[in-house]
Amino acid sequence: MLRYFLKRLLSLALSLIVASWVIFLALEVVPGDPAAYMLGINAQEDTLAALRDQLGLNGSVVERYFAWAGGMLHGDFGISYTYRTPVAEMIGERLWISLPLALYALVLSTLIAFPAGIWAASKRGSAADLTVMGVTQLGVAIPNFWFAMLMVLVFAINLRWFSAGGFVGWDAGVPAALKSLTLPAVALALPQASILARVMRSSLLDTLSEDYIRTARAKGLSRGQALWRHALRNALIPVLTIIGLQFSFLLAGAIIIENVFFLPGLGRLVFQSISARDLIVVESVVMLLVFAVIVVNFAVDMAYAVVDPRLRRRR
Amino acid sequence: MSLLSIENLSLSIHGAPILRDVSMQIAPGRILGVIGESGSGKSMTAFATMQLLPEGSLCRGRIVLNGQEVLELSEAALCRMRGRDVGMVFQEPMTALNPIRSIGDQVAETILIHEKVSRSEAMERAAEALRRAELPQDRFPLSRYPFELSGGQRQRVVIAMAIALRPKLLIADEPTTALDVTTQAQILDLLKRLVAEDGMGLMLISHDLAVVADLADDIAIMRKGEVVESGPADTLFRTMQHPYSKALLAASAHAPDRDGAPQDVPLLQVQDVVRDYTVHMRGWWGKTTTFHAVKGVSFDIRKGESLGLVGESGCGKSTLTRAILGLEEVQGGSILLDGQPVFTGHHANRDIRRRMQVVFQDPYGSFNPRWKVGRLIAEPYHLLDHPPTGQQKAHAIAEALESVGLNAGDQHKYIHEFSGGQRQRIAIARALIIKPELIILDEAVSALDVSVRAQVLDLLADLGDRFGLTYLFISHDLSVVRNVTDRVLVMKAGEIVEQGATKAVFDDPQHDYTKQLIKAAPVLPAEVV
Amino acid sequence: MRGNRNLWLGGCLTLIFAGAALISFLWVPYDTTVLDIANKIKGPSGAHPLGTDHFGRDILSMIMVGARTSIAVALVAVGIGMGLGVPLGLTAAAKKGSFLDELIMRGNDLVFAFPSLLIAIMITAVFGASALNAIIAIGIFNIPVFARLTRSGALSLWTRDYVMAARVAGKGAARISAEHILPNVTNLLIVQGTIQFSLGILAEAGLSYVGLGAQPPTASWGRMLADSQTMISFAPHMALFPGLAILLTVLGLNLMGDGLRDLFDPKLRRAR
Repeated sequence: MLRYFLKRLLSLALSLIVASWVIFLALEVVPGDPAAYMLGINAQEDTLAALRDQLGLNGSVVERYFAWAGGMLHGDFGISYTYRTPVAEMIGERLWISLPLALYALVLSTLIAFPAGIWAASKRGSAADLTVMGVTQLGVAIPNFWFAMLMVLVFAINLRWFSAGGFVGWDAGVPAALKSLTLPAVALALPQASILARVMRSSLLDTLSEDYIRTARAKGLSRGQALWRHALRNALIPVLTIIGLQFSFLLAGAIIIENVFFLPGLGRLVFQSISARDLIVVESVVMLLVFAVIVVNFAVDMAYAVVDPRLRRRR
Repeated sequence: MSLLSIENLSLSIHGAPILRDVSMQIAPGRILGVIGESGSGKSMTAFATMQLLPEGSLCRGRIVLNGQEVLELSEAALCRMRGRDVGMVFQEPMTALNPIRSIGDQVAETILIHEKVSRSEAMERAAEALRRAELPQDRFPLSRYPFELSGGQRQRVVIAMAIALRPKLLIADEPTTALDVTTQAQILDLLKRLVAEDGMGLMLISHDLAVVADLADDIAIMRKGEVVESGPADTLFRTMQHPYSKALLAASAHAPDRDGAPQDVPLLQVQDVVRDYTVHMRGWWGKTTTFHAVKGVSFDIRKGESLGLVGESGCGKSTLTRAILGLEEVQGGSILLDGQPVFTGHHANRDIRRRMQVVFQDPYGSFNPRWKVGRLIAEPYHLLDHPPTGQQKAHAIAEALESVGLNAGDQHKYIHEFSGGQRQRIAIARALIIKPELIILDEAVSALDVSVRAQVLDLLADLGDRFGLTYLFISHDLSVVRNVTDRVLVMKAGEIVEQGATKAVFDDPQHDYTKQLIKAAPVLPAEVV
Repeated sequence: MRGNRNLWLGGCLTLIFAGAALISFLWVPYDTTVLDIANKIKGPSGAHPLGTDHFGRDILSMIMVGARTSIAVALVAVGIGMGLGVPLGLTAAAKKGSFLDELIMRGNDLVFAFPSLLIAIMITAVFGASALNAIIAIGIFNIPVFARLTRSGALSLWTRDYVMAARVAGKGAARISAEHILPNVTNLLIVQGTIQFSLGILAEAGLSYVGLGAQPPTASWGRMLADSQTMISFAPHMALFPGLAILLTVLGLNLMGDGLRDLFDPKLRRAR
């Protein structure tokens, strides 16, 4: 188990390092002179020089990479060119909207998908199964931001149950804050829940046709007992993979959905920074999101080991 | 008073008839052997008894188990019956256990499902059941997982699960088919002992006449969903009436006629061959260990000879086959065909390779499903520098097909249009097309039903005589090897432990392992053969 | 039966939108580059079956022209994914366990850490927004999808005896990959292709919606939805129809994928 953990940890560190190379190359080396890029063609030579100095662009590429990566390691993401404030602070504030939103959606999606998938699989071919399959077929096809707009139209504009957008802030209390994240989270969660429910169903159906389910039935377990005691945990292995992948879709989705609800999260920040050509902020946000995806995949690997003894014992 | 009585059982699945008027009885402490080829309905009879049938199944007739009318029981009553009154053991031990739960947990579950006992008591009784299945706690603690056990050991866990509550009836569906001969003998002994100890009835299902003949008190022979003949084992073989039973018996003991003596010239010379594998423990950068698959093997095959190679799984016979075929380079020794090396300068020698071909075990996995038979058969032409084309090629393909008893027109069909036996004929045609001298038969008849197997063996003997072929016959099935080879090699853990004339080795084995193998191999009663 | 129904329904929906995109090259009800402020924000009517937008453009025509962008972006992205992913997957499987295999698979893992939105953000930050960015971003994300699928499909085929027979016939890894492996993973690839196609359409709409994809004047379903957002309370038709277009196209492709899988998978075919 410890060996497996250390091996995954090593692979996590390697992925982070290579990912940081990619991001650094794409945003600091490919544009040529980032300072000239950020200031545009009419920049004065002395302002350019000042910016280069401020951004630490005077060293070699390797020096600059280590300065950037080393800074990040102790929480220094640099200074935003447009806002003139430390990037870490700006990201910190906004992260408290985007991350809870993605997690809220992940929880919702799992809470909806598991029962739906299990229910459909246990009643294969029944009206219940057909309903779940039909609804999820639609759910998979709905663009989440359009679904969000429709929900705004119905629940905010017509029914006035929720506000059409904006975030009250965590200072207003957790329930109020969660309420203002509810419509966006539902919009994010439903399409993902549809995918997850379908994966859950087909994975369960696969395991239900395994030989060991027949063995369990021959011991005297009923259909339901065999499903809960033997099929479910085995079926979780592919489902975990999908949950891991979904987190990255949810983070990306959160960035898009923030636009619909005017939430001041990472999404708004990154789009404003793109139009302001503030590469430092873009670079930091992308690195942070990639970091989140890689860490979640690490967590999924750990979850595999909990489910599957073969990973715990071997090696 | 019989324990299980099946009367006029008919079964259909989605309207398709599977069983027709099947009747059989098992008394306490008796073993009923049910024999049949694939599709005979023998497994379905077992599943009908357990009422674990696929959806859309419809049973008619009576199944009386221990006084209960099984076909009239509710699902809840059936759940109470399964595992407590009747236990079941399956064919494939590798997949019959839940991979992510410990063996103790899985055996104890049988007890917990049926009796209101504490978990610790259930675990204690599980340990007892495992001990009775010869998995003692000091070597196989309850916390083991299935992946840590071998196939034979897993089958013992399945047996422990089935007998944990001392059921009155045990159903074993091909319990040893997936196992090696020596393991098979141990499992059969175990079943026999348990039947005697508990006074259990046992329904032993098998395709192998010899396995059943060794063990059963009564025998039922099935074909196409019907019982064609049944009776006490000690008289049935002599009094057999039905033509199918007779044909089945004849095919099981079939020895093809072969003329033509081998010449005293070696065709293939294998000298001190060593093949090691580097095993990566953790990915390509991890620690490595060396696995010795073949450890200095030497033997010759003479021209026109049929040489047998026997050994259990993992003994290195597949590795040796790949080395002979020039698919893998060996680390030591030499392999010469007609005096020339199979491998020269890290490359397989094309001139040599075109003189050897191979026929594999699995008639279903041996052919690319997207190619037509003509193209499949012609694939070995790739070894020729100037392969025939056009009319000449079509003619050669037709000739190869006809020589294995198929039609020239079959070359335009896809492989899925053929049965298992026909596919093995096509595989032989593919091997024949470049007119090789040596054909390696890698378990080539092992997957076939006995009657089909007899036909394919006859074909091989006939082709051997007609084209002067030399065969290397690799098999785990001793009775087949005994009937078709001139000489035999016995391989164990990468070494050849015994070799000699087939008759001599079988009649008077010298090495302990050979003795063990021959003793373990089930045989038909002497008076029948 | 169900497989065929999925295939038919999905095929019809897909054909309708592909047909609309093709027809738009020859004819559209109204020219989408001409503004008609007098008729702005009109609900559905005889003259404009799906209404008009805030510049008075005909929404039906916009959807027809937008279908071109969606389909083109998604199709090219699938092409990139297959074109690079399939050879990589075949190579990795042929050299299983080697350094090359490890490199390809770790590279795939790395790309999976970058959702296409992040790739699009990086490209846009450096080169500015365009439909081409969307194609590249979605295409890059598709590469590991196809590489993994091809590798896992190919690995199970490499253990088959017919591959062994081909090796006995003296054929090398490249020839075996081309003759025996690739034809037998094609079904898998076609099914995954339709799924990635539909995901591509969703992704393109999302990227255009946040301004990282197609730029005006190129018509695009995602852009139409972005434009309609501030007017949703009084002009819901502007948001409804482009969204429905996306929904139905994606639904059609998914149904077609399911239908094809049922058609190809002999296990399911037998069960039916």
